Amino acid sequence: MAGSPRLRSAVLSAVLLAGLILVWHLATLPAAGSQAVDPEYAKLLGAAAAQGQKSAFPTPAEVGAVLWRHLSNPFYVRGTNDMGIGVQMLHSIGRVMSGYLLAALVAIPLGFLIGMSPLLYRALDPFIQVLKPISPLAWMPLALYTIKDSAVSAIFVIFICSIWPMLLNTAFGVASVRREWLNVARTLEVGPLRTAYAVILPAAAPTIMTGMRISIGIAWLVIVAAEMLVGGTGIGYFVWNEWNNLSIPSIVTAILLIGLVGMALDLALARLAKLVTYAE
Amino acid sequence: MIDRPLISVEGLAKRYPAPGGKPGTTVFENLWFTVHPGEFVCLIGHSGCGKTTILNVMAGLEQASAGTVIADGREVSGPSLDRAMIFQGHALMPWMTVLGNVAFAVRSRQPKWPKARVLEHARRYVELVGLAGAEAKHPAQLSGGMKQRVGIARALAIQPRMLLMDEPFSALDALTRGMLQDEVLRLCRETHQTTFMITHDIDEAILLADRIVLMTNGPGARIAEIVVNTLPRDRTRHEMHRHPHYYRIRNHLLDFLVDRARDFAREAEAGGWDARNPPEVRPGEAEPSLAVRNAAPSMARPTPHTDVA
Ligand SMILES: Nc1ncnc2c1ncn2[C@@H]1O[C@H](COP(=O)(O)OP(=O)(O)OP(=O)(O)O)[C@@H](O)[C@H]1O
Ligand SMILES: [Mg+2]
Repeated sequence: MAGSPRLRSAVLSAVLLAGLILVWHLATLPAAGSQAVDPEYAKLLGAAAAQGQKSAFPTPAEVGAVLWRHLSNPFYVRGTNDMGIGVQMLHSIGRVMSGYLLAALVAIPLGFLIGMSPLLYRALDPFIQVLKPISPLAWMPLALYTIKDSAVSAIFVIFICSIWPMLLNTAFGVASVRREWLNVARTLEVGPLRTAYAVILPAAAPTIMTGMRISIGIAWLVIVAAEMLVGGTGIGYFVWNEWNNLSIPSIVTAILLIGLVGMALDLALARLAKLVTYAE
Repeated sequence: MIDRPLISVEGLAKRYPAPGGKPGTTVFENLWFTVHPGEFVCLIGHSGCGKTTILNVMAGLEQASAGTVIADGREVSGPSLDRAMIFQGHALMPWMTVLGNVAFAVRSRQPKWPKARVLEHARRYVELVGLAGAEAKHPAQLSGGMKQRVGIARALAIQPRMLLMDEPFSALDALTRGMLQDEVLRLCRETHQTTFMITHDIDEAILLADRIVLMTNGPGARIAEIVVNTLPRDRTRHEMHRHPHYYRIRNHLLDFLVDRARDFAREAEAGGWDARNPPEVRPGEAEPSLAVRNAAPSMARPTPHTDVA
C-alpha cells in the first residue's frame, strides 16, 4: 500500500463517512408500498409523515440542502425568532467565552493561592468537593431568581461549571512544582512575585492548560442545555426552536455544527497548551 | 591558614521528630568545621549520613535543629546570592534555554543591568564551561554532562563568594566526570573560588580538595577528622597517582569509609577526640604502615579555632 500512515487514516475516515451516509440514506429511503400510519401520529408529525411513504427522519440529501441553506446565509437577523445559524452560534460562543474567561480570572489566581498554601488548600477543600459535583444546570433557577436576567444567568452557569477543573488543576500544578526549582529561585534571592511568574507559572502551565481544556469542553456541553432553558438566543435555543417547528434537518444541521465548533475550541486550546509544554 | 574562615559551621545538629512526638532520629550532631577563603573543601561520608542536609543548611535552604553556620562573619538565616549552589540533580528550568537558565541567575544578581548586558555576561559563562553553540538548546536536548555544565555556569555566573556543590558529578559516566572535574579544578584555581563540595568518590576528593572532611555513618553522624591533602596543588588527574602521598591518603580515606566510619563512636570514646576541634591529619606525610593501621599517631595539631559567634 502506498501513502503515509496519515494519508491512509484520512482515506479510511473518508470511507467511513461515506459508508455512514450511505447507511443513513438507505435507512431513510421512502418505504415501498404505502404503510398504514396511525392518524394520531400523523397529525403530530404533520404533512411529511402523513404521506406515509416517507420516513419521518430526514434523508442525507434533505439535511445537506438545509445545511447549505443555513451556511449560505448564516448571519441574517429578521426578528427575535428568525436569525441565521451563524448569529446564534456567535451568541453561544460569546456567552461561553465570557463565562469561561471570568472563571479563568477567578480560578487561576485562586488556584495559585491554594496551591501555595497547604492551609488554604485544606480549608477550601470541603467546599470545592461539595460544589464540584453539582450539575451546573441546578444553579439555573437560583441564578434566574437572583440575577433576574436570562442572558447573565446563562453566563453564570458557564462560569460555575468551568471554574472547577481550572481551579483544581492550577492548585495541583502549583503545589507540585519541583522543590529543586523553587530552591534555585531561593538561592538566587528571587522575590516572591518574580518566583511566581518566572518559575511557578511556567512550571505549572501545562497542568493549568489541561484544566482550561477540560473546562472549555464542559462549558460547550453545558451552553446548549442552558440556552434551551433560558431561551432568547444561542444555538441551544435554535435547536429548541427548530424542535418546536419540527424541522428535523435543521436540528441535525445544528448538532453537526455544535460538534464542529466544540472541536475547534478544543483544538485552539490544544494549540495553546503546546506552546507552554516543556520536555524534561 | 591564619585568616578568618569564610564559613564556619558551629555545633550543627539535625533531628527529625518521630511520628507521635517521641524522640526521633538524630541525623547528625555537634558538627564543627571551617572553610577558608580560596580553599576547596570536600565532605565525604556514606549515603544517608546527612551530607545534603548540611549543604542545605549552609545554603540557608533548611534549618538546623541546633547550632549555626557563620558565613562571612554573619549567621546564615536564609539563602543568599553570596552562596551559589550546584544541585545533586542539575535543577535546570526545562522551559528555559541554556542561555535563559544562566541569564535568569545573572538577572537575579544584577537586576539593574540592561537585558543586552545580562545576556552578554551569561553567554560568557556558557562559553566558559564549553557550551558555546548550545545557548539556544533546552535542557531536554542536552546530555547529563552538558546539563551539569549549565548548572556550573549558572552558579559561577553570579560570581559568588562561596560555591556549594552537592555531588555534582555522581550521575555522570566516568569519562564525562573526569572531564568536568578537570574543568572545575581549572575554574576554581583561576578564580580562587572558595568551594565546599560533597562527594562520596575518594579520587574526586583527592584531586579537588585542599582538605577533606570525614563524616561518620548516621544516625548521630559526626565529623571524625579532617584530612589535609598534601599533594602538590598543581596535581592533575593523570599524574597524581605517581606521587608517594597519593596512596597513603587514598588508603587512609578508604580505611575510614570501610571500617572506621561505622565504628567511630567506640574510637571516640577511647579519648583524645574533641567534636569542637576534629583532628587534622596528614596521612600523606605519615609512615605508610601507620597511616593505614592507625590514624591516631599521625594526628597533627588541630587548627586554632576562631570563635566568631
Ligand atoms: N523528613 C524526614 N524525616 C525523617 N528523616 C529524614 C527526613 N528527611 C531526611 N531524613 C533523613 O536524613 C538523612 C540525611 O539525608 P541527606 O539527604 O542529607 O543524606 P545524604 O548524606 O545527602 O545522602 P546521599 O549521599 O544519598 O545523597 C537520611 O538518613 C534521611 O533518612
Ligand atoms: Mg545527598
